[in-house]
Amino acid sequence: MCLAIPGRVLDVFPGMPCLATVEVAGVRRKVDLGLLENDMPEAGDWVLIHVGFAMSKISEKDALDQMQTLIMLGEGEQAIQEVQGYGLESVEGPAQ
Amino acid sequence: MRFVDEFRDPDVINKTADEIRRLADPSRHYRLMEVCGGHTHAIYRFGLKDILPDNIELIHGPGCPVCVLPMGRIDDGLALAEDPNVIFAAFGDMMRVPGVHGSPLERKARGMDVRIVYSPSDALKLAKTNPDKHVMFFAIGFETTAPSSALTILRAKAEGIHNFSVFCNHVTIIPAIRAILDSPDMRLDAFIGPGHVSTVIGCRPYEWIAANERKPIVVSGFEPLDMLQSIVMLLRQLKAGEARVENQYKRVVPWEGNRAALKVMAEVFELRPYFEWRGLGFISQSALRIRNNYAEWDSEQRFTVPGVRVTDPKAAQCGEVLKGVLKPAQCKLFGKECTPEHPVGALMVSSEGSCAAYFNYEHRKAMETTLAWPA
Repeated sequence: MCLAIPGRVLDVFPGMPCLATVEVAGVRRKVDLGLLENDMPEAGDWVLIHVGFAMSKISEKDALDQMQTLIMLGEGEQAIQEVQGYGLESVEGPAQ
Repeated sequence: MRFVDEFRDPDVINKTADEIRRLADPSRHYRLMEVCGGHTHAIYRFGLKDILPDNIELIHGPGCPVCVLPMGRIDDGLALAEDPNVIFAAFGDMMRVPGVHGSPLERKARGMDVRIVYSPSDALKLAKTNPDKHVMFFAIGFETTAPSSALTILRAKAEGIHNFSVFCNHVTIIPAIRAILDSPDMRLDAFIGPGHVSTVIGCRPYEWIAANERKPIVVSGFEPLDMLQSIVMLLRQLKAGEARVENQYKRVVPWEGNRAALKVMAEVFELRPYFEWRGLGFISQSALRIRNNYAEWDSEQRFTVPGVRVTDPKAAQCGEVLKGVLKPAQCKLFGKECTPEHPVGALMVSSEGSCAAYFNYEHRKAMETTLAWPA
């Protein structure tokens, strides 16, 4: 629950709710962008995700560092499990 | 220094550790509180205590939302879910937390409809796919997760979903820090501020700690180097006799926080006059409830809540551990009746609870050493 999971935005679907396809370590899921409406991410941006909602934009380097931190904390698998668990429509297709 | 070789920049880690030893006055004992449970986990996981000089003591704060939730709230939530038309949805962290009549997972085994969700959006989706049931999302967390619950309520209203409600247990970090500072048996020198809570609230809300309490606070990231750098920043302030708010985690935490998230929270939530914290007692204006405008999506306004109050087992000393007065291993139950496999107190349930973190990294290591000792 308290994990901040880094992911890369692939597509943004404006509307209500504003969703994005986000890729986390090869797993793709829809994530809600509604809490970033003042600083809306675009495709290619990296975000930190909390419980299915993007909470902040970060740099690619910081995103990769954050994933490494989760792995070092022994929470890499839990993070992937959490992202896989988001029921917000999984997105099929190979990771880019 | 168990894990230094695994760190990305072992040289920088070692230099930072040297700087800490240089700054720490050997005639002084430093008590630094890390507020966030994520920091507590990281400190044990990375063995940071092995790197620090003996006169720097890290006190584990109240920032694990599972740990500070009183048992009565779990029983209240589960009581509502005894209605067979109710689905109880919660994050996985909640599932093993014991209530008087069992944890959510144990109640599920006895027939209650309990579902693990990873996002409040998933609970809302459950409501859409189960129109003949009522889905109650048992919401916990500090300001890190509260905006997501708030936005999900706004979504439910916008989409006209009426078989969904939130049992709101969201708490706020600042009053908890204030309560700890007011505690007469607590003497702290400085704070390592929470990283991800601060992405939402920013750094400004901590300014009173520096201004009024004359305690330095550094908002910190979660990597070993982040935390060591934060300790350097705190020691520099203490050495200079200063008390300021600093942001070590600038790459993620904006000084002003996330305004959109704060706006959503303010729209949906208001402060409760008071709320009970496990181990800390009642703290005024320390938790959030759902505003009347959204009463339809508030489990507590929509249903009759028993209002159960449960005192913790007398032998468990969760409160003293939570306030940093006792170390986890000093509790009478630690490692005996209370283990991560069979938790008595909530500090042993969550991986971010100080007892579970201490047990998993320090206690097991000590046990392995004992077992491996040649006869």
